[in-house]
Amino acid sequence: MEPLVVAKNLVKIYQAGEIEVRALRGVSFEINPGQFVSFTGPSGSGKTTLLNLIGSLDVQTSGELVVAGQHVNQLNIRQRANFRGHNIGIIFQDFNLIPVLTVRENVEYPLLMVKPTPAAERSKIVTKLLEQVGIAEQADKFPNQISGGQKQRVAIARALSTAPKLVLADEPTANLDKATSTRIIDLMKELKNQLGTSFIFSTHDPRVVSHADIIYVLEDGQLQTPTAENTMGHGGKN
Amino acid sequence: METARIAFRNLYRQKRRTGLTVSIIAFGVVAVILFTALAGSFKNMMISQITDSMLGHLQIHRSGYVESLDTMPLNLVIEEKHIDQLKKVLGEIREIEGYTLRILLATLLSNYADTTNIKLSAIDPASEQLVTPLLPGRITEGKFLEKGQILLPNLVARGLELGIASEAVVIATNVDGSVNGTSLVVSGIVETTVGPSGKYGYIHIDDARELLRMESLQVSEVAIRLKDAETLTPVMKKLQTALEGIKDDKGKPVFEVHPWKALSPFNNIANMIDLMTIFIQVILVTIVLISIMNVMLMAVYERTKEIGTIAAIGTMPSSIMSLFIFEGLFLGIAGVAVGNITGLVLVYAVKAAEMTISFGQSDNILLAPQISLSTMLATTFIVILVTLLGAVEPAYKASQLDPVEALRN
Repeated sequence: MEPLVVAKNLVKIYQAGEIEVRALRGVSFEINPGQFVSFTGPSGSGKTTLLNLIGSLDVQTSGELVVAGQHVNQLNIRQRANFRGHNIGIIFQDFNLIPVLTVRENVEYPLLMVKPTPAAERSKIVTKLLEQVGIAEQADKFPNQISGGQKQRVAIARALSTAPKLVLADEPTANLDKATSTRIIDLMKELKNQLGTSFIFSTHDPRVVSHADIIYVLEDGQLQTPTAENTMGHGGKN
Repeated sequence: METARIAFRNLYRQKRRTGLTVSIIAFGVVAVILFTALAGSFKNMMISQITDSMLGHLQIHRSGYVESLDTMPLNLVIEEKHIDQLKKVLGEIREIEGYTLRILLATLLSNYADTTNIKLSAIDPASEQLVTPLLPGRITEGKFLEKGQILLPNLVARGLELGIASEAVVIATNVDGSVNGTSLVVSGIVETTVGPSGKYGYIHIDDARELLRMESLQVSEVAIRLKDAETLTPVMKKLQTALEGIKDDKGKPVFEVHPWKALSPFNNIANMIDLMTIFIQVILVTIVLISIMNVMLMAVYERTKEIGTIAAIGTMPSSIMSLFIFEGLFLGIAGVAVGNITGLVLVYAVKAAEMTISFGQSDNILLAPQISLSTMLATTFIVILVTLLGAVEPAYKASQLDPVEALRN
């Protein structure tokens, strides 16, 4: 099986004024299709930077990164947007729902603006996704009318609407309580099993990490633990 | 199409911001419509005061009369044989409502004790009223003219203490240089359109012929009134073509045709009003442009995170730009629609209120604002174009936002 993500010696250096910030210092790993992967580590360890690189929102300073068979650093801004739209779904820590759109419209948005889909098919996809994430009854509500957990369910549905190969979730449970966090992670894992979509999420919450198939620990921009099966008691189970 | 639909939905759901922006655009459009309508009304009223009470729309003179060094020269008159030819030509042009023959003469006026100079227009009262229907309205005392009578301007009547039914003596020099006088009765006092210092009076054309001892009919000018003032240029061209073939003994054209604009300094004021209208329109359109740019830029700043989100999930920069351009376009269309409707309502309200103004010596001139369809269409086109222009820079800015930076916002 060809890996979905291959990272070799990834380095990312930011220039913050006159200070050089080395966010990633030679990170290497591989992720296969259908895996449920967690990057964990303290704040500032490089989790978000790594997810931005995988999501082609940013490009590495050096090293090699291949996502879905594509060297993403070789793409221009336009091609990267197109690549994201067709291969990657993104779930944000702050949910990032569009406030003037209803729940249904937020999920529908990528099918209108990113991957144009005929109305009938669009409606079918959205309805199914809303049911899968258990938010169908809230379809006509606006984001400010639903809870945090519900918002993240909408964000998950939106990320899955274009049937991406990979979903990236940056601290998806950071703004949620413990019970809701667990439900959201369970939902993501369930959807991974149903749809075969790979999920990569970052977190520093050990209770959430424990749900991952593979856990990578980042510290000071370096992987502390080599690529391995989950050693925290839930490894290898899909 | 979907981008347009989403842009429309964004605006519809952001009612306060959309309402504010639409109000700004509408205000600009209303101001343009109202100012154009009122300025146009004032200009038309002013022109009609000049043409309908004094000049007529067109005038025909003997060639060289208007540019003559002499004031009201009597040696440059239209002879009777040419008057007949002229009448024939005028009778064939359907756009002409009527015409009147005038003799203009510079004279002295006496009350037997004091004497002053006065310019007189010798007219045929019936045809004169057809060409200058507002003339009788300028009579502040007494009545219109009959043979043997004189209409005096305020200034002269006051200066010489000549009241209604007073006797005045008019003294003039005819073309041969002989001085003649005639006694006339004051029929009325007339206010002038050129201010209180005007010294223009009226006598009957037959009295002028006797005074100047004209054996045949000779006139200084022929004033013409058109059925529609808008046809002035084509009628003038038609007249020039028809009259250019009529030559004098030396083979030179007998007639020259002048529009009212060439005979009155008020044309400069009319041009100034047009210029001022354009200036105001430019200012208002600039205000709309700046407002739109400001509002759209604010929208981009307010929605940075939203833009970052849609960019992150794969929306192409061109689609993001289109989204904001469409929002600008819809704001422009809505603003123009609201502005046009409000502007029209206000124009009709002002018209219905029958507001009056004073101009020259005339009071209670009804203000009749009106706006042409072409002006409204031009305003609509320009404002929508300006709104689009105003949206381009913010839209481009939005499309070029780095998603990572925008998401940190």
